[in-house]
Amino acid sequence: MMRNVQSNTYGQPAEKTIKLSTVLSALVIMLVYAAVFVAEQSLPPTSMLFTVLKKGATYALVAVSMNLLNGFTGLFSLGQAGFMLLGAYAYGILTIPVEHRDIVYQYYDGGIVQFALPVIPALIIAGLVAAAFAFLIGLPVLRLKSDYLAIATLGFAEIVRTIFQWDKLGFLTNGSNMLREYPTFTDFNIRNAEGEVTLYLSTLVPFIIAGICIALIVLLLRSSYGRAFMAIRDDEIAAEAMGINLAKHKQLSFCVSSFFAGIGGAMLAMYQNTVQAKAFTSAMTYEILLIVVIGGIGSVTGSCISSFLFVACSEWWLRFLDQKQMIGNFEVPLLRTGFRLVVFSIIIMIVVLFFRQGIMGTKELPDLFKPRRKKPKAAPAAAVAAAPVQAAAAAEAAPAAVEEAAPAEAAAEDAAEAANTQEGGEA
Amino acid sequence: MREIVMQMDNVTMQFGGVVAVDSLSLDIYKDEIVALIGPNGAGKTTAFNVATGVYAPTNGRVLLRGKIIAQGHPTGKMRHLYAGTHIGEYNKLISHTPDKICQMGMARTFQNIRLFKNMTVLENVLVARHMRLNAGFFQSALNLNLHEERRLRRECSDLLDMLGLSDLMYENAASLPYGKQRYLEIARALATDPRLLLLDEPAAGMNPQETDELSNFIRKIKEDFNLTVFLIEHHMNLVMDISDRIYVLDFGKLIAEGTPEEIQKNPAVIAAYLGVEEE
Repeated sequence: MMRNVQSNTYGQPAEKTIKLSTVLSALVIMLVYAAVFVAEQSLPPTSMLFTVLKKGATYALVAVSMNLLNGFTGLFSLGQAGFMLLGAYAYGILTIPVEHRDIVYQYYDGGIVQFALPVIPALIIAGLVAAAFAFLIGLPVLRLKSDYLAIATLGFAEIVRTIFQWDKLGFLTNGSNMLREYPTFTDFNIRNAEGEVTLYLSTLVPFIIAGICIALIVLLLRSSYGRAFMAIRDDEIAAEAMGINLAKHKQLSFCVSSFFAGIGGAMLAMYQNTVQAKAFTSAMTYEILLIVVIGGIGSVTGSCISSFLFVACSEWWLRFLDQKQMIGNFEVPLLRTGFRLVVFSIIIMIVVLFFRQGIMGTKELPDLFKPRRKKPKAAPAAAVAAAPVQAAAAAEAAPAAVEEAAPAEAAAEDAAEAANTQEGGEA
Repeated sequence: MREIVMQMDNVTMQFGGVVAVDSLSLDIYKDEIVALIGPNGAGKTTAFNVATGVYAPTNGRVLLRGKIIAQGHPTGKMRHLYAGTHIGEYNKLISHTPDKICQMGMARTFQNIRLFKNMTVLENVLVARHMRLNAGFFQSALNLNLHEERRLRRECSDLLDMLGLSDLMYENAASLPYGKQRYLEIARALATDPRLLLLDEPAAGMNPQETDELSNFIRKIKEDFNLTVFLIEHHMNLVMDISDRIYVLDFGKLIAEGTPEEIQKNPAVIAAYLGVEEE
């Protein structure tokens, strides 16, 4: 998989370091995929690790799609759950096998759709449906800026969620009942004639789908269009004065982001085995926003790492906080249902207060393998004298950012590595 | 008769009750360096913003190489508020967004530097080439236009080379010293392939030596890139040094026009800058 990004450090001074860091990043990504494959074959399929990996891969894709919009184009949108819902329903509706439709749509005479598509076309259509809605909503909504855009998109997500539960549309959406019986991740496992699994692929396949989609987003960010998006983020007025059509490019970014959010929604449907509109609340959008912020706004790698960390914490590592724990005869105080969320909130506050850059800042995987950049040469005295304030501020900001990001990212890498190796050891 | 690059016809820009630019008419001929000067608050930057499409003129029109790029007349509430002249002469509304006007060959820099701060110097310039991209969205998004991308990078690094910024190519734009940021803004504007370059106070915050360098630089790029230059500036040395003609604005009104020598002797200009003694 190609996930080697150089979002805002395009050309690098020395050709050789690009090559090396790219190769090393590709190697790391391949190792992760290999580790996933090996773990899946060797560990019991009920292991919590796979739940985390599957959901993490799904959330990684959605977080990266949100980062494309919020971190790279500077559009603060909170409609992600709505687009995921559209994708999830499109996928579910299109892939439920015809023979199961009578059971699923039991209150709606088997529903109106009487065919089933294979998984891949359905995934793409799920993305296209979300993108089409994004296009229509973008026409009025993208004229708004910052907070107003966030409110409008949040409202859109809520409206979609309600409409999909409307019983008059039940022939299509199954009303407030759930969609089920469509192909899920476990259907990717290869079975022999007796129905025994010979090759476990239920975790690797979501990794591959998410990987391809994220690679596409990375390619987009590296292109001229990606630069245009970042220019809009940095300075809208200047970008427009340099010939970038704001309406067109914002619309493009919004549609592409929604396309991948739609695919992410379809993956979430596969992960959950059932889909119900009421699950796609604004809380889901906030979770994803959180992942983006923790990972670093403007870093694809950061979004990927933090989505796995987030899912692992919320589904696995912090679960013990919700149960009574005894140490000998001593009952640990405070631990009861809901305490996990308290701890989680505290972690988030700490991140926002002390690691505002997130895990990665704006750095990407290949940047980690590059030698530390030397300090910029001392500027000509005359130029500095002209505007000491600006120069000083800039010089101060640069190293500070590097220092802040470095320990955090190292910790994250360690944690991710530990997760993999630890599991291997337990088996 | 020389070719007119840009023409403003009776442009009036009124915000609420304030007339920022009052029926301004000016012509800019090919290969000229024209300066627009005036005391603070005279409406110079507003005139620039009308020309580049940031504001739609309340009344009047702007032509770029014979094509109308902006034309307006008072509408709505402004019909009663309008305090300017030449009413009823420009009945059709025409407006283009700044990006369209930039594509038509007018590029600008900003009074307060507006670089893309989180991008490198090279990327800043590459962004300006984006609108000239041949590849479509999907071709570009999938990085299939490798040849074009390589050509763009070469062109842009050549441009930076010409302007003496090539050693800073991979630096973050925000980390550049102030003077270099000004040059980068000009480089970025040049990358859009303009016919007419609008410079809004290019020497702001520069010392006399740097200002001298800048005036040589402006002359050089004018020759090298076959440009017409229209600039706002407060440094009179620079203005008198490089301008072919000067327009003087005061309280939105054009009070004088002519060569640097004529402007220096013009009593109205002296009065506007130094004030008139009360009798």
